[in-house]
Amino acid sequence: MSLDIFKEKGTPLDKQLFTWRDLVRTPTSKLDDDAFTRVRIILMNGIEANALRTMHAMARMMNGQFRLPLAKVRRVEQHQQTMVNWLLPADLSPLETTIAFEQVAIEVTASVAQHEPDPYLAQVYRFGLLEDFDHLYRFSALMDRVMGADANTIVQNYSDIMPGRPTQVEHRAPEDDLREHYDCTKADPLTKIHAATITAGENQTHDYYMTIGPMFADPIARQLYAEIASIEEQHVTQYESLMDPNETPLEKWMLHEATEVYNYYSCAEYETNPRIKQIWERFVDYELGHLHMVMDLFQQIERRDPAEVLPQTLPELIDYQSHRQFVRETLNNEVDLRAAGTRFINVEDEAAKAPASIAYREQMNSEGSPSEIVAAGYVWTPGTELVDRKSVFAKGAGA
Amino acid sequence: MKSTGAQRVMGNRTGMQTSPELADEIIEGSTAATPSSGGGVEGIAESRVDYITEGFPLGSMPLVPVSEEAVADEDEATMAVLLDKLSERLAFERMGVRLYEALLNKCETLGEMSPGPTLEEIRRIGTEELDHFLMLNETITDLGGDPTVESPSADIAAVTSMGIMQVLTDPRSSVPQCLQALLTAELTDNAGWELLIEMASNLGYDDMRQQFETALTHEEEHLQNVRDWLSDCVMDKIQTEES
Repeated sequence: MSLDIFKEKGTPLDKQLFTWRDLVRTPTSKLDDDAFTRVRIILMNGIEANALRTMHAMARMMNGQFRLPLAKVRRVEQHQQTMVNWLLPADLSPLETTIAFEQVAIEVTASVAQHEPDPYLAQVYRFGLLEDFDHLYRFSALMDRVMGADANTIVQNYSDIMPGRPTQVEHRAPEDDLREHYDCTKADPLTKIHAATITAGENQTHDYYMTIGPMFADPIARQLYAEIASIEEQHVTQYESLMDPNETPLEKWMLHEATEVYNYYSCAEYETNPRIKQIWERFVDYELGHLHMVMDLFQQIERRDPAEVLPQTLPELIDYQSHRQFVRETLNNEVDLRAAGTRFINVEDEAAKAPASIAYREQMNSEGSPSEIVAAGYVWTPGTELVDRKSVFAKGAGA
Repeated sequence: MKSTGAQRVMGNRTGMQTSPELADEIIEGSTAATPSSGGGVEGIAESRVDYITEGFPLGSMPLVPVSEEAVADEDEATMAVLLDKLSERLAFERMGVRLYEALLNKCETLGEMSPGPTLEEIRRIGTEELDHFLMLNETITDLGGDPTVESPSADIAAVTSMGIMQVLTDPRSSVPQCLQALLTAELTDNAGWELLIEMASNLGYDDMRQQFETALTHEEEHLQNVRDWLSDCVMDKIQTEES
């Protein structure tokens, strides 16, 4: 827990080598591995995807002198992402993977919300958490009612499957999705790492849903993915707006590398599968190598001390465990919160303070709400609702 | 700028004869090219060998021990095999309920067609699938197992049958196309019940065997129904085309 990121130099970039066989290992077991191993794989895939996304944006907008170092680090990050993402097995269906994505959003965001030093940002995380919590419930209903399968085989009892803030009211106008950003000159390094982590996770979730949504045949599945992908885009808008736009691009890059060190280190600390733990440990060293390369650039080009931005040692790690009680408390206390501009308000004030969101939502839902349709009357039951004979074929049902 | 939204009907474009000139060009290009490496498909097989020999299983049965009474006469390994296959059948029957719900949905929307299943016939099959699922829940519970487990065989069955669900829930699929997919399901289901009967019989679970034989009787009817409806639909189409 006391990794000194200034002292530990990690693996030099030119020693970070792969082969195709190394990248493509036998995946984890959907049935036997702990759900949190899958959670970590999905999160780290998202963080690596965000590293690439961020660095590509920088390459397109920054001074040409950064193009080569960005390309070199990106090449390794892309291979790291491949090795991590390819740990998901082929028998994990797209819908099952979706359930796991939502579990990531719930459990990782819950951990972040509890450790976040800035009370406003903690509130933002709790706000988003309740929405992803609802998505798990909606997708679980889809899995039960269309596929005839039980989402708990994926979440393994760690996360509740019940309504959160209803997805149909999560649709907001863009002006109500932006938040106040932290002040990069004053914010705790953990605040910056949190924002990068959650933004990465949500962005990958959005991209995943946009890729797999059309793979479903059922119209309600296609509609549900369309609806929830739209919310994930809102979440990316929300979370990325937490990051201070006054940070220099190089500062953002350095912070992202520190975020990757932090997250791989968190994964390694909690990992129960020794084969996967070795990968997390290897990539802690790779990311330290990237971080030090960027720290050198930061010193040379910006003439600033990385210690202005980075913590000496890694802050408190992500807790890879069930946050059931915290989530339930948040649900009880905050499910009726809505957003108006960058602030949070009670539902009864929404009409007066966030009329654009109401108008937008009414338009989007005017031909029906997929998330409401799929989960109408749905109560998750161990083994699916068919255990309770909830089918048109049950005797006495409206057949 | 606004188009009419009308689509020019060209029919199926997947074959070479869609565009004979382009077909000649693509063949010309392909035959002129040289592969970058020699050999054939054997390299693919060798790549698989590398992973197969690592020996990682897809998954296992839970380590939670079944009740002492239930395993009095059987060792745990035998029980695990039985529970694995029961879990498979349970998952399949559960999916079967949703498959027939989708078929009912389609036939209700399109209206009953002759030839083809009546709504009442679909409801009867769906009800029997639900009954089989619930019976298997009880059977697994009675053996001290956990009916909520997705066993390795259940997982394989889910992977195998993903396409069936895709066909049934696709609003564009026709009733005969759905019946074709259901034929795959019913053939598998029949064989699955036959295997369970054999296992129950060998292990001396007479009550269980009898229950499974009743289920198989239903499933044999389902299979015959689906075969007949499919055959009738296809033959009817031939006759319609001829006339």
